[in-house]
Amino acid sequence: MNRFDYLRPATLDEALAAGARPGAMYLAGGTNLLDLMKIGVMAPGTVVDITRLPGLTGIEPLEDGGYRIGALVRNAALARDPGFAAAFPMVAEALLSGASGQIRNAATVAGNLLQRTRCAYFADPASACNRREPGAGCDARGGDSRGAAILGWSEACIATNPSDLAVPLAALDAVVEIAGPAGRREMPLAEFHRLPGATPEIETDLVPGEMITGIRLPARSAAFQANARYLKLRERTSFAFALVSAAAALEITGGTIQAARLALGGVAARPWRAHEAEALLTGQPASSDVFARAAAAAVEGARAAGENAHKIDLAKRIAARVLAQAAQGTPARMPALPASVFAEPEVPAHA
Amino acid sequence: MTLSLSITVNGAPRQIALDDPRTTLLDLLRERMDLTGTKKGCDRGQCGACTVLVDGQRMNACLCLAASLDGAEITTIEGLAQGETLHPVQEAFIVHDGFQCGFCTPGQIMSAVGLIAEGETSGDPERIREGMSGNICRCAAYGGITAAVRDAQARMAASREAAE
Repeated sequence: MNRFDYLRPATLDEALAAGARPGAMYLAGGTNLLDLMKIGVMAPGTVVDITRLPGLTGIEPLEDGGYRIGALVRNAALARDPGFAAAFPMVAEALLSGASGQIRNAATVAGNLLQRTRCAYFADPASACNRREPGAGCDARGGDSRGAAILGWSEACIATNPSDLAVPLAALDAVVEIAGPAGRREMPLAEFHRLPGATPEIETDLVPGEMITGIRLPARSAAFQANARYLKLRERTSFAFALVSAAAALEITGGTIQAARLALGGVAARPWRAHEAEALLTGQPASSDVFARAAAAAVEGARAAGENAHKIDLAKRIAARVLAQAAQGTPARMPALPASVFAEPEVPAHA
Repeated sequence: MTLSLSITVNGAPRQIALDDPRTTLLDLLRERMDLTGTKKGCDRGQCGACTVLVDGQRMNACLCLAASLDGAEITTIEGLAQGETLHPVQEAFIVHDGFQCGFCTPGQIMSAVGLIAEGETSGDPERIREGMSGNICRCAAYGGITAAVRDAQARMAASREAAE
């Protein structure tokens, strides 16, 4: 780990001023930053510890029925907040499907959204990576690309965004609240993460010094709470990133879908909101052939970036399955294995 | 630049002068405080051998920057037993053969204490296994570990009820 100046500002303004220094990075839970610093992938000269900033740890129901979540709320705390989990069960399910119990206790929600890709070449300083070092090349192309993107990738970068939390947030029209040296602003989460294009090193919409202060979920999105699931396909039963994942929420009356929300994870450098699929579902019966057509629409335009053509089929199946699960209804209690494809509780899935 | 840290470890308040801000809680415990019960397995938050309680919450000490823990209360494996009386989780690990080489064991025990305090498994083995997925055991003592956690949880709940 490189040597750094450690600052612990007491106010947001002090933090933003410190964060705008060249080579400064914000530290919250540290579960991604410290890990990457240990392997030399990130090396900030100044670490700005924002964990003591006031006003960023609230989980507040808003008057209109929406919710605001402070940037420093820990993943576990949000998943366990009874009011929040009832209103947004697929967000809770996504949170609990991620990482380990220890990491969920330390990691913050804003940090979760800002976590870097898990592409092995990004994480290996000896490998060529345009995201880590612009212009260096992409060793993932032509390398081990099983986990690579199938949507929105470019010649410069085929990495995916690993966040589970971001997927249902994107589906539910979450808004990211941002503070920076130039003041406050907000933007849709679905646009927050940038696709690589020719500049994969630009990962989010944040400019240097800016910090996420909170995430807001609109009241409209709470209407889906009765039929909302997250599903995560991965090579291990737990404590592993998604190969592909999907969040689906439906508003169903008398067997007909009034409104739908669908987003895919593990397929691109950002959560992939499936607008065409949602339009296709609206007004249709909640039936398996409708879900199959919607799933096909959700992966429209998908292309293998390497040895990952199988992801296209997997994404389609996971999308169809999560829609069917959402249609069955949100379980009264969080399943023993959140978001798991092993839906038979009598059969132990762990060793 | 020396950072001054006030931290409570196993109930004892400590004042630490940190010269190097890179010091993790894990290194602080092992190198500065001679509390070597907490183990460094992977140093990257992947194995759970370094699990401790920070303000009652289980976390990987390897991913906690000591400087960030000013004012925190830390509990390590050394702080569980009350004199000669083992914590119910420690007892259960012995009764149910929850370890072989013992390297992952302090982290397993601390993680179990944290999991039980989180209060969500209701004794279900599948929920316990899922809850303990952040702790790996190369000796594969998982069967004994799961039985130990289940037993300890039941005993602690029974003690609480008896006390009420």
